[in-house]
Amino acid sequence: MSRFSTANLRLAQEIIRRYPVAKSATIPLCHLAQEQDGYLADDSMAQIAELVGCSSAEVLGTASFYEMFKMHSVGKFCLGVCTNISCQLLGGEELLEHAEQTLGIRPGGTTTDGLFTLEDVECIAACTEAPAVQVNYRYFHRLTPQDLDQLIEELRSGALDDVVPAHGTLGKVRQDLGEDRIANITPPEDQTEPVWLRRHRELAEAAAAADAATPSTAGKES
Amino acid sequence: MIGTVTPASKMAEGVPAVVSSRFGVPDGHTLAGYTSSGSYKGYEAIRQVLEMSPAQVGSVVKDATVLGRGGAGFPAGVKWGFCPPGVWPRYIVVNGDESEPGTYKDRLLMERDPHQLIEGCLIAAYAIGAAQVFLYARGEMPHAQERLAAALNEAYAAGLIGKNILGTDFSVDIVLHWGAGAYIVGEETALIESLEGNRGMPRLKPPFFPAAKGLYMAPTIVNNVETLANLPWLFNHGVEKYRSVGTEASPGTRLIALSGHVNNPGIFEIPQGTTTFRELFESEIYGNGIRTGHELKMFIPGGASAPWFFPEQIDLPLEGRLIGGQGSMLGSGAVVVMDETTDAVRAALRLVRFFARESCGKCTPCREGTTWEEKILQRILDGHGRPSDIDLLLDVADNISPGPYPVAADPGNDLEAIPFPPRQTTICPLGPSSVAPITSAIRRFRHEFEAKIVQRDLISVSSEPFTDLPEQSSLAHGAVGHV
Ligand SMILES: Cc1cc2nc3c(=O)[nH]c(=O)nc-3n(C[C@H](O)[C@H](O)[C@H](O)COP(=O)(O)O)c2cc1C
Ligand code: SF4
Ligand code: FES
Repeated sequence: MSRFSTANLRLAQEIIRRYPVAKSATIPLCHLAQEQDGYLADDSMAQIAELVGCSSAEVLGTASFYEMFKMHSVGKFCLGVCTNISCQLLGGEELLEHAEQTLGIRPGGTTTDGLFTLEDVECIAACTEAPAVQVNYRYFHRLTPQDLDQLIEELRSGALDDVVPAHGTLGKVRQDLGEDRIANITPPEDQTEPVWLRRHRELAEAAAAADAATPSTAGKES
Repeated sequence: MIGTVTPASKMAEGVPAVVSSRFGVPDGHTLAGYTSSGSYKGYEAIRQVLEMSPAQVGSVVKDATVLGRGGAGFPAGVKWGFCPPGVWPRYIVVNGDESEPGTYKDRLLMERDPHQLIEGCLIAAYAIGAAQVFLYARGEMPHAQERLAAALNEAYAAGLIGKNILGTDFSVDIVLHWGAGAYIVGEETALIESLEGNRGMPRLKPPFFPAAKGLYMAPTIVNNVETLANLPWLFNHGVEKYRSVGTEASPGTRLIALSGHVNNPGIFEIPQGTTTFRELFESEIYGNGIRTGHELKMFIPGGASAPWFFPEQIDLPLEGRLIGGQGSMLGSGAVVVMDETTDAVRAALRLVRFFARESCGKCTPCREGTTWEEKILQRILDGHGRPSDIDLLLDVADNISPGPYPVAADPGNDLEAIPFPPRQTTICPLGPSSVAPITSAIRRFRHEFEAKIVQRDLISVSSEPFTDLPEQSSLAHGAVGHV
């Protein structure tokens, strides 16, 4: 059930081709699975393991290290309130407490209507715009408790669906790296000195040789 | 829409906008915008670079002294030179995992001027002879990811990346990679582990210095986003112009994120080493003063890992070595200002809690130590601290980052003696970083700790049994499990 659709399987294979070693695609593929299903299902991890050539335990081992991967379904909107230092100084913790009251859940919890999951998050690199909030990793800056209530209302009504994609979707633009575009992605053991480096090295060696030897030998090398 | 404020970003007169010149340009993130706006013409530098030898390009970067902007401040040109000769392939990994609390610059560079970063990557790839460049953007930054993806697509289509770039024999692929939420992945060896598809746990150095044994055990250069974003301007304007800003030891500019209790928080590109913290806090073009009606209590000069500074250090210039000499660091250019309303214990707890949550768990002193530091600080804040807790905190700190620390039994040993940079019993500096907020807070505000501990004595006198703790104050969430 929770396996890649045909289109996503094709995308997954294209992503794998971008890496000299397939296992490097593990995290992007976990994101792709989460984008498809809203969370990372066991059978997705098993399929990713097959695709990148490792065991499903290894994929679970990797995925469970990272906070963004959810192993069970979460709300349509993951609301992360930053409480780290810059936000704390300007009311981030109070804002989180307000969100708890508005939504009736504690961090980690999901509302019964399945719309919101609340998270108490670490610095999200918006420190000058404190207190900062992310909804499915889209930013909202300098929020008062009233602003937060309004934001929750707008999300609930669907008014922000264009701005905030469903949980799991990250960048809406993907890098397009079809086979025809790739210049040089081969396993590390097949790589040699890049041509432009070799050319310049040989030029430098020829120049040095020309300095030391007769002009005729230098002429041959170039 | 609510909550969509654009961050302030201004500069002093006469300071060149080396990296921030397109922050305010609406289409600065597109190829057309990059080649028609800003402080230099986009993709001119790479044309010039392709006429030079890779060794010459490396020398320019070395001569300019482009210091790393990711935290350690190591000169990029020197680092590039560490790749062992004749060992192939070489890789470049761009560190866009920005997550040090207080730091906000790489995200802007990726969102507002992605082509500048791409051109910087091309210059570095040409110079060291990279087989491939990986642009590792933080997972929680989808907008940066889509801007980078769009810019990469445009640049590939224009023949600026990929096979035979601009008709030469220089070919390289730049691949956008994205993380999934873990601060420690910003550490360069953890970044590499993560890029290999593993848990983001740092590797031991030596032997795993990335320049020697990095990605897939091949020589790898890890550079911060801002470091590479400096290169196009440098090659357009030359070493002399680059060095004419800032100081001899720290030339060029720095992006500084000024946050916390100032009237005008924002991201400012300042000359390195010549602007003082006072100017940064008070000047109208920067912070425009400490929050009206309040006064400075302390500030963090370079991100959560940096020991705190106090009002007497306000006249220090923002320069790596000078700040280092005073026992802290400029780190990632994150300056956090705290006024007199700030509770030192609560601020220290929040920072320590960050390190406890983000410890990768590989070494015992960090995994266990940060957890205990958090628990002890939490109980002090909640009014359940014990008189021995201050010494206990310093003892735990000593196990992660050996002192000497002053203990009650030896009052003669002053906290001023705390070694910096910190010593470490751990694989990476994350664990030792957790010690900085604790020693900083105790050094200056020991009385605040003691006042809270006395409060605890009052609570126990009022015969509340110690085991029956009142529900944790929800203002300071304790070790709440996170999904
Ligand atoms: C715990 C920890 C977290 C780090 N996080 C980052 C980060 O988010 N971004 C970054 O560029 N460097 C970070 N660094 C520094 C990197 O290890 C590395 O030094 C840097 O990316 C090198 O680039 P530079 O020489 O261009 O500064 C971190 C280091 C440590 C120890
Ligand atoms: S110091 Fe902490 S974060 Fe660093 S390797 Fe050890 S356990 Fe991991
Ligand atoms: S501390 Fe909240 S965004 Fe950085």
